[in-house]
Amino acid sequence: MDQFYINLLFVGGSFALYIGIAIWAKAGSTSDFYVAGGGVHPITNGAAIGADWMSAASFISMAGLIAAGGYANSTFLMGWTGGYVLLAMLLAPYLRKFGKFTVPEFIGDRYYSQNARLVAVICLIVASVTYVIGQMAGAGVAFSRFLEVDSTMGLMIAAVVIFLYAVMGGMKGITYTQVAQYCVLIIAYTIPAVFISLQLTGNPIPGLGLFSTHTESGLPLLQKLNQVITDLGFNEYTADVDNKLNMVLFTLTLMIGTAGLPHVIIRFFTVPKVADARWSGGWALVFIALLYLTAPAVASMARLNLMTTIYPDGTAAAPLEYDERPNWIKEWEITGLITFEDKNNDGRIQLYNDTPAFEDEAESRGWNGNELVVNRDILVLANPEIANLPGWVIGLIAAGGLAAALSTAAGLLLAISSAVSHDLIKGRINPSITDKGELMAARISMAVAIVVATYLGANPPGFAAQVVALAFGIAAASLFPALMMGIFSKRVNNVGAIAGMLSGLAFTLTYIFVYKGWLFIPGTNNLADTPENWVLGISPLSIGAIGAVVNFTVAFIVSNATEEPPVEIQELVESVRYPRGAGSAHDH
Amino acid sequence: MSGHSYDAEAYWKANLRLIFGSLVVWALVSYGFAILLRPMLAGIPIGGTDLGFWFAQQGSILTFIALIFHYAWRMNKLDEKFGVHEE
Repeated sequence: MDQFYINLLFVGGSFALYIGIAIWAKAGSTSDFYVAGGGVHPITNGAAIGADWMSAASFISMAGLIAAGGYANSTFLMGWTGGYVLLAMLLAPYLRKFGKFTVPEFIGDRYYSQNARLVAVICLIVASVTYVIGQMAGAGVAFSRFLEVDSTMGLMIAAVVIFLYAVMGGMKGITYTQVAQYCVLIIAYTIPAVFISLQLTGNPIPGLGLFSTHTESGLPLLQKLNQVITDLGFNEYTADVDNKLNMVLFTLTLMIGTAGLPHVIIRFFTVPKVADARWSGGWALVFIALLYLTAPAVASMARLNLMTTIYPDGTAAAPLEYDERPNWIKEWEITGLITFEDKNNDGRIQLYNDTPAFEDEAESRGWNGNELVVNRDILVLANPEIANLPGWVIGLIAAGGLAAALSTAAGLLLAISSAVSHDLIKGRINPSITDKGELMAARISMAVAIVVATYLGANPPGFAAQVVALAFGIAAASLFPALMMGIFSKRVNNVGAIAGMLSGLAFTLTYIFVYKGWLFIPGTNNLADTPENWVLGISPLSIGAIGAVVNFTVAFIVSNATEEPPVEIQELVESVRYPRGAGSAHDH
Repeated sequence: MSGHSYDAEAYWKANLRLIFGSLVVWALVSYGFAILLRPMLAGIPIGGTDLGFWFAQQGSILTFIALIFHYAWRMNKLDEKFGVHEE
């Protein structure tokens, strides 16, 4: 069967499943729409959090980042998992006990301030919109590569599918489709990884294969990889990092940011009890770890496979002739994500790191610069083809990539639309709205959010590429500290919290804008975004952790200089600390 | 909470102690073993590289899972012990 039809079968089949679930899980009340009725089993919720969390970035881009950076990019692995420890111990159980529908609602109630709630809504919308654009664009790319449709057309198809289950089913529809999407994405990610690990090391578990012996050379896999890439002028894969301060702060920013992202937090509102919220955190990380423990193996093995494809007879021998390149290179050349330029006109593909240090070696071999540019985002998608796996595995990868993008997009869209319908419309504009009216408002907000996200996905604005800086920076510097202090301190008051959030945000955004351009407009940056210019070597992507410290400090100083929160607020803080009396999430 | 306010205070302190202990381990495996202490652990070989690399790409994640389950298990016990569990 033609590969196109295999892909169509897998993608079409998975979509039919999602739509079937949507019809089955229709939302009948605002409680269904916002928190899936509050009756989700902790293991089910764990799988749904897994899919909610693992985006196109985790599924498609992360292994490519690690393959390119080696040890240095372990930051993503630790940062995007370590946040769950913070979430499970510092936020989730207490916010579940609070028992309302949205994250800004807690901030508004705890800090007895509509302005605090509004600041939280704005932070939530900026972080989530930035995040969702990447998901929509990712879905568009996956469609265009595997189903040979125009990427805007692909985006539209994705939007229609999300529309069907998110607008109809709200959180209820999203929860159960996310469970199905988790299954699709984890199978799609692990099957090729197992095959490749078996081919290279004979070990069926990729995470163990990473530390096993490379069957062909008899060397440990990582040593073999180090050898191959250093022969070609690249840094050792396992090389240590000089700038440890930045590595620590970047990891910390990712962790705190992960814990502060509203689309993840609201998933904890869907379980029946506080104890379930605690278990959910553990199950979520188990499901996430299945992919995150596999990703570093995929990264190193794919990098080695790529190198041995180009240098079939070893790095000392002549590289592959361009005319003999495998089919997958040709396929990806069409998309422009692999490019080749025969700089020395020898008809062969020279892939190496053309730095001054490698100049002599390159000259002696008659090389005139690196000739093959491989976009690192294609690594996971091209993985089955690089390893010569059968066609159905490629179809599976297509369905998996789309599942990752759609599930995260739906979770983000729900966080955005519930902030609009519950926090803005019900909370500010029309508090007397009926449950039915609010449900309608929630559906309309969702529909509008999908249209906006689709438009921005097709025409990505400059800030869309700054997901890590914007989404994680904002969540770390504004939302996480406000939530944590709201639970762990009775002393922090409305003025302190607002001052803390705004100063954390202002500090973080200023540092980012100085290097990346004001509002990310190209050319408006004050300093070039290079390590020499960074204060103490701290990258703008790592600044969110410092922003969180600014937030905590300002909030404490201002709160202590102003009056204590009223007694009923101190009682509220008291009540979220003890599980007894937690009904399902509800609205007062 | 009026009936057992003393218990409630002890419960909260026990929770804070448990969180503190968990976060020490959390920081030790990630910021410690995987990043800052990696050069000190370079002498411990594992699968062609060193222990710090293993913690950075596998060990810290496995530890995080154990920490959350341990915390959930201990807290659910504490809920019962102090009588603040859900009905």
